[in-house]
Amino acid sequence: MIPAIEIRGAEKRFGHLLALNSIDLTIDQGEFFALLGPNGAGKTTLINLLSGLSRPTAGSLRVMGHDVTLDYKNARKSLGVVPQELVFDPFFSVRETLRIQSGYFGISNNDDWIDEILSNLQLSDKAENNMRTLSGGMKRRVLIAQALVHRPPVIVLDEPTAGVDVELRQTLWQFIKRLNQDGHTILLTTHYLEEAETLCNRIAILKKGNLIRLDTTENLLKESITGSLEEVFVSVMQEKVKS
Amino acid sequence: MVGFKTLLIKEIMRFWKVSFQTILAPLVSTLLYLVIFAHVLSTHSDIYPGVSYGVFLIPGLMMMAMLQNAFANSSSSLIQSKVTGNLVFILLTPLSELEFYWAYVVAAMIRGMIVGTVVLLTSLFFFKLPFANPLWIILFGCISTVVASTLGIIAGIAAEKFDQMAAWQNFIIVPLTFLSGAFYSISSLSSPWNTISRLNPFLYMIDGFRYGFFSHSDVSPWLSLTIVGGVGLVLLWITLSILKSGWRLRG
Repeated sequence: MIPAIEIRGAEKRFGHLLALNSIDLTIDQGEFFALLGPNGAGKTTLINLLSGLSRPTAGSLRVMGHDVTLDYKNARKSLGVVPQELVFDPFFSVRETLRIQSGYFGISNNDDWIDEILSNLQLSDKAENNMRTLSGGMKRRVLIAQALVHRPPVIVLDEPTAGVDVELRQTLWQFIKRLNQDGHTILLTTHYLEEAETLCNRIAILKKGNLIRLDTTENLLKESITGSLEEVFVSVMQEKVKS
Repeated sequence: MVGFKTLLIKEIMRFWKVSFQTILAPLVSTLLYLVIFAHVLSTHSDIYPGVSYGVFLIPGLMMMAMLQNAFANSSSSLIQSKVTGNLVFILLTPLSELEFYWAYVVAAMIRGMIVGTVVLLTSLFFFKLPFANPLWIILFGCISTVVASTLGIIAGIAAEKFDQMAAWQNFIIVPLTFLSGAFYSISSLSSPWNTISRLNPFLYMIDGFRYGFFSHSDVSPWLSLTIVGGVGLVLLWITLSILKSGWRLRG
């Protein structure tokens, strides 16, 4: 089976700064995968390379077998990205935003699916509201809806629960778990390690642009005395990065 | 095609939702120019045989408004999306560079055309305007707004903050459009200003456009068409190269 994500020797430099150092990573279809690391480790940079928001200095990245540079159209159709920043277009309502996003992916008459997503994200009653009028949590859910309008097989969530209250976080995870059960591959970055521990079957840890650990959640937890991912994470962060 | 159409409609909706600012405001300022200049210079002798100053002024003001608004539309949309971060919603999609380019250009053209048409219709209440060569009017209207929109895309991509965008607007677009013969015929200028004016590509847009109304111009309309078309092609090439490279869009 084609991997959902295949990264070979991906490198990204910003001037003299090496933001990502020759990353090799394969994520299989159907995985719920966590990408962890402290601020500035390169998580968002890696996501930006996958989504085409940034271009690699070296190496190749594929989404569902499609090279993100050479076959960017199919790669982007296969990918739904929930960005970290709470961004929105203040000119439009929630429904307009989602219709527009569907159209960018070549999909017209997508209202049935849009209604289903809105219902699952408990946004149905806000469909006609302007984006400006929504709370932060609602805007976050609209971002998730935007990533799903074209039914991508691979979904990338860049810190989707940052600043989200506990109740909403639970609702979001239930929905995302269901997407994973339906066959979607999920790539998640988060600072809430318990989320990664509970939800993800494999975890990669980045530090200063290097992939320093890649294993199943189960194996990583075996390294901990207390059985917590946080302990493993802290211990991994204290290790020196091999040059 | 659905992607292009969606981005185009979104861009049209964007300016239409704030039409007080994007249509009505430029209409009012353009008509103020017309009223003031036409009144102050009402005793001015005819610019072309049988063409009073007020009538002469209308095509120039129309084109100036069209150019400024076409530029403003693509540039402001892009800089706003960049600064607020919502450009990501376009960059994440499979839209090609050409779809991106044409959607922004056509939307900006439409805004320019709407402003120009409303200025024209309003002017017709006060002045009788000849339409000697309507095809030239349409041709120069279309090509010139494409050029201004394209320049707007370049500015919108190049600028990283609103301050830089204001510099494009105030130090490049406004002076070039004001000094393009919108308010005067360049044949009335003495040397070296006459020669210097000929280096301004906006001059050929306004002069060719004016030829469509009066069958009279300072420069041959064919030469104007060649220059405006040439500038347009160079800007198109630059814009597509920028979009392909991802400069200031894809880090």
